[in-house]
Amino acid sequence: MSAGRGLAGLGMALFLIACQGQQSALSGGGAESDRTLALTVLLGVGGAIIFLLVAGALLVALRGPRRWRSFLSAHTLVVHGGITFPAVVLSLLMIYSFAVLRAGPVPESGPDKPSHVIRVEGLQWWWRVTYLQPDGSEIETANEIRIPVGEPVRLELISADVIHSLWIPAYAGKLDMIPGHTNTLTLLASEPGTVRGQCAEYCGGAHALMALSVTAMLPPSYERWLAGQAEPSQPGETTGHRAFLSAGCGGCHTIRGSPARGRVGPDLTHLASRPSLGAGTLENDAAGLARWLDDHHQVKPDNLMPDYDFLTASEQAEIVTYLSELE
Amino acid sequence: MTDKDRQTISPVPRPAGEEEDLLRIWATPKGWRLPTAVNNTVIGLLYLGAAFLFFVLAGILALIMRTQLAVPGNDFVNQDLYNQLFTMHGTTMMFLFAVPAMEALGVLLLPQMLAARDLPFPRLSAFAVWAYIVGGSVFFLTIFFDLAPQGGWFMYPPLTLTEFQPGDNADFWLLGIGFIEISAIAGAIEIIVGVFRTRPPGMSLDKLPIFGWAMLIFAGMIMVAFPAVILATMLLEIERAFDWPFFTAELGGDPLLWQHLFWFFGHPEVYIIFLPAAGLVSMIVPTIARKPLVGYNLIVVAIAATGFFSFGLWVHHMFTTGIPALSLAFFSAASMAVAIPSGIQFFSWIATFAASNRKIQFTTPSLFVLGMLAIFLIGGLTGVMVAMVPFNWQAHDTYFIVAHMHYVLVGGMVFPLFAGFYYWVPILAKRQLSERLGRWAFWLMFIGFNVAFLPMHFTGLLGMPRRVWTYSEAMGWGPLNLVSTLGAFTIAAGVLVFIVDLARNFRVGEGGKDNPFGAGTLEFLPQDVYSTRSIPHVSSRYPLWDDPDLPRAVAAGEHYLPNAPTGGRETLITSPIHARPQYVIQMPGPSWSHVLAAVFTAAFFLLLTVKLVTPALICGALAILSCLVWVWGIDKGPDKGPIDIGGGLHLPVYVTGPMAHGWWAMIVLMIVAGSLFFAYLFSYLYLWTVSPDAWHAGRPYLPGALRPFLSALLLISSAGMIWGARHRLKIPGHRSLVSAGFILLAALFAGTGLGLEFQGHWGQGLRPQSSSYAAMVYLGIILSAQIMLAILIMCFYCIARILAGKLDRIRVASLENTSLLLYYLVGQALLGLLLIHGFPRIMGPLA
Repeated sequence: MSAGRGLAGLGMALFLIACQGQQSALSGGGAESDRTLALTVLLGVGGAIIFLLVAGALLVALRGPRRWRSFLSAHTLVVHGGITFPAVVLSLLMIYSFAVLRAGPVPESGPDKPSHVIRVEGLQWWWRVTYLQPDGSEIETANEIRIPVGEPVRLELISADVIHSLWIPAYAGKLDMIPGHTNTLTLLASEPGTVRGQCAEYCGGAHALMALSVTAMLPPSYERWLAGQAEPSQPGETTGHRAFLSAGCGGCHTIRGSPARGRVGPDLTHLASRPSLGAGTLENDAAGLARWLDDHHQVKPDNLMPDYDFLTASEQAEIVTYLSELE
Repeated sequence: MTDKDRQTISPVPRPAGEEEDLLRIWATPKGWRLPTAVNNTVIGLLYLGAAFLFFVLAGILALIMRTQLAVPGNDFVNQDLYNQLFTMHGTTMMFLFAVPAMEALGVLLLPQMLAARDLPFPRLSAFAVWAYIVGGSVFFLTIFFDLAPQGGWFMYPPLTLTEFQPGDNADFWLLGIGFIEISAIAGAIEIIVGVFRTRPPGMSLDKLPIFGWAMLIFAGMIMVAFPAVILATMLLEIERAFDWPFFTAELGGDPLLWQHLFWFFGHPEVYIIFLPAAGLVSMIVPTIARKPLVGYNLIVVAIAATGFFSFGLWVHHMFTTGIPALSLAFFSAASMAVAIPSGIQFFSWIATFAASNRKIQFTTPSLFVLGMLAIFLIGGLTGVMVAMVPFNWQAHDTYFIVAHMHYVLVGGMVFPLFAGFYYWVPILAKRQLSERLGRWAFWLMFIGFNVAFLPMHFTGLLGMPRRVWTYSEAMGWGPLNLVSTLGAFTIAAGVLVFIVDLARNFRVGEGGKDNPFGAGTLEFLPQDVYSTRSIPHVSSRYPLWDDPDLPRAVAAGEHYLPNAPTGGRETLITSPIHARPQYVIQMPGPSWSHVLAAVFTAAFFLLLTVKLVTPALICGALAILSCLVWVWGIDKGPDKGPIDIGGGLHLPVYVTGPMAHGWWAMIVLMIVAGSLFFAYLFSYLYLWTVSPDAWHAGRPYLPGALRPFLSALLLISSAGMIWGARHRLKIPGHRSLVSAGFILLAALFAGTGLGLEFQGHWGQGLRPQSSSYAAMVYLGIILSAQIMLAILIMCFYCIARILAGKLDRIRVASLENTSLLLYYLVGQALLGLLLIHGFPRIMGPLA
């Protein structure tokens, strides 16, 4: 394969990743990310042009015709090239950038006040997601955010331990989660789809393995889904349920509708409806669950869940079956 | 002065034996005594060598990381090691390579550019270098014992608090930074006093080589920026060791305080690294073009403006922390504005190239300069991108930033450093480095760099965050990462070629051509261990171009101070603006004392880090003792002056007061202490705005108003006592016992004043662990107490000198410096009392 074809192939691959990537700042998909993408393209192209101009000037200064060189050697070049030119370009850019910035956050009051408020708490190394209902009730889930398409959603970002940062590039820029602070980020998705987000502030050990999925749904399906999440689970008195409780899992995890009431780890009430395990680390299926129970410190080193290698094979299988049924 | 007059500054031929005297006096110690050397060329080369070693080591860490990231889901290193690797890579590159390398260049080149025999405080530089080498090595070795810090190079709390990082790892980071703080401030003192006071006669500030200007601003920025990180590291270590809640939100602290302090240092730090390197380029470009730099004045303004602006940018590292929109706009605008001074320098270099009458030769230094221009230009343009807040929100903490900052730092600092090395080797070594290997090194590094870092811009925008040790194949980042890894190894090959070149061709010593590139500045005068034979009279910016006879005349001893009239090491001190000769400074030579002081200082901090308190205290005491031995012989007194330096000038060899170099050094130190206290004031007020409740709850613990007045009275009396001591000194030959008594009282009064303040809060039951307010109250006392400790030692030192008959009305430098520091302490402590006792009383009724 020639170098040219290789380069073209690489470019093509880049383009495909950029547009389809679930975690790309170049794909667009939300109001804020679209505006920022336009700014990015402008900055990238403009920067490339300026680079070519200045590099061209340098080449002329080194090897160009004498007349051009004497033009470049004037003191006025330093003044206009070094002061006037950047001052004008930067002022224009600044105005544009502030325009983008002002268009960003949705006003807090008035008709645009978001009717959807979700509290997202960063913890080492997962996300606690709580839907704050207009009636004051709360619906808790983890490592997955769902939002209605076309409606502004306000995320209230807090942290339980160290600094994290929520970054869902397809919809918006990142915003930090800082102990003692509450930051708010507004998302506005333009079409349905699932994207990926990841912690962007180094938060210790398993920082690389702290991701989440974000799904934008049409409002009716969103409402249906949220109503489902509000329900307790229907576990039944299976052997898996008993094994789960007797292994002490309920000390850390909550399964609403069961005696499991722990608050340390993620709420598992509707675990089976989520796309992943371990905050974006494993596929959420029976194999993934078994792998997690067997080997989670290998899969996600340093995570705070104790080892469960003392479970017998049949206990483990029963728990996996039980968890797979928590729709 | 006409050319004819200049010939006659010192009569020639010089008497026999003069040069032999100079050679003997300035000889570098041999064999096992080599560590005692203080010559700036020896120390500077050692400094630069150590910095380069850390560059190679941190580069190896980068290669390990690049190997891990080459393919998705790799398990070459594990999570824990990877987190240590990126922390060590960043910390080592920034603190153990970049800043020390720039200081090393200052130590190495400044005296040569100024034709001074040495820096004004030779042992201070040597002390800084040894502390840095011992401390830096131990810090780096932690990576082999799983003890390396893993909090990222900027160590954000709460992640770095004991709750989340209980081991000693984070403490080793704080330790490593401690050494760099010491050596940076020592360097700043040397450079400021050196540039202002050791210029050759006639080199008024408007003729100072640009590198001198860059180092001056560099040192000025260190004075203001480093205290912020000194305070930050103090806060973090105190919270880690004693639970004072500066960063814990539940008790009124705030994690963002660290970020403000760290970046108030951290952003200027980038320019602290870049400005001297740009200064190098401004020295090399005119030589390549054989034309004076176009726009010298504009460049000086640009350098100063960069230094100034850089303190208004720190929040652009915090755009994603949720700060208000108005702050975002201000800091975004300031971040863009700083592009303008860089633009000036850039176009000035282009104009200088264009002005050349000859075909530009692409020698190795030229190649590295041109490579710097290309790389730094891209870094600057992406810098404008990340200054745009909305773009920053996407790019922050992704590989886009990794790419951007490597373009800025490698373009802005590493390439100029290599250019500088190839350019200045002739003044240090017997022969030049190989042009052929140099070209190979350049092209491998240049191509490798772009292959490694250009794709990272895209990797970042495609969603890859920084500081992740693994990623899954589904993310699609694999191919780009593989390319980056190949590029990284290509850079390494380039550095390896450079090392081979060094091994084959670099031999320290005299010989070879003095000025192979045809440069116009003084460092290319003929040199030996004593620097130039005589100190030239300078009348232009490029003296070697304007007076082709100058090298011969200087070497023949026709200029100032062609000999060693006091029989020891000496150099010429000139006035700060116009460089008129003022006096001759008698400088100390080789010694073990400062080496031991450095080793014991390093041992003190190391032992504290591993919590061996008693041995640490013993080493601390030994370090102080070594310092006392070191300085005891420095104040040589006026007996050997005045002396004839040529040109009809008879200069004293001892002055005190605002003309003395020691006075200047003390002023620099006071500015550093003042910046530290300013950072404290900022922190106090910042935490108050974040959690006024803690201040409200602390109000009942405030002692009555009488007590601070009593403290203030004692402090002011202490200043009066030391003033009295100065004025009751007797003429030489008499012991001033009354003054000794006054000095004792001054120390006693100041100490009691501070003690009373401490006892007041403690007696009311206020404990520093209880809230951020309480912690801030006690921190203020600590900041004054540590100066008090220094003053106490200095007071006893002065008393000892009085008793030894070495301190009198003339020979008064020790007492003068002690008084200056005491006056400063009194000022700071009074301001502290006003804040601690006044502020809550004013804000109480308002709350």
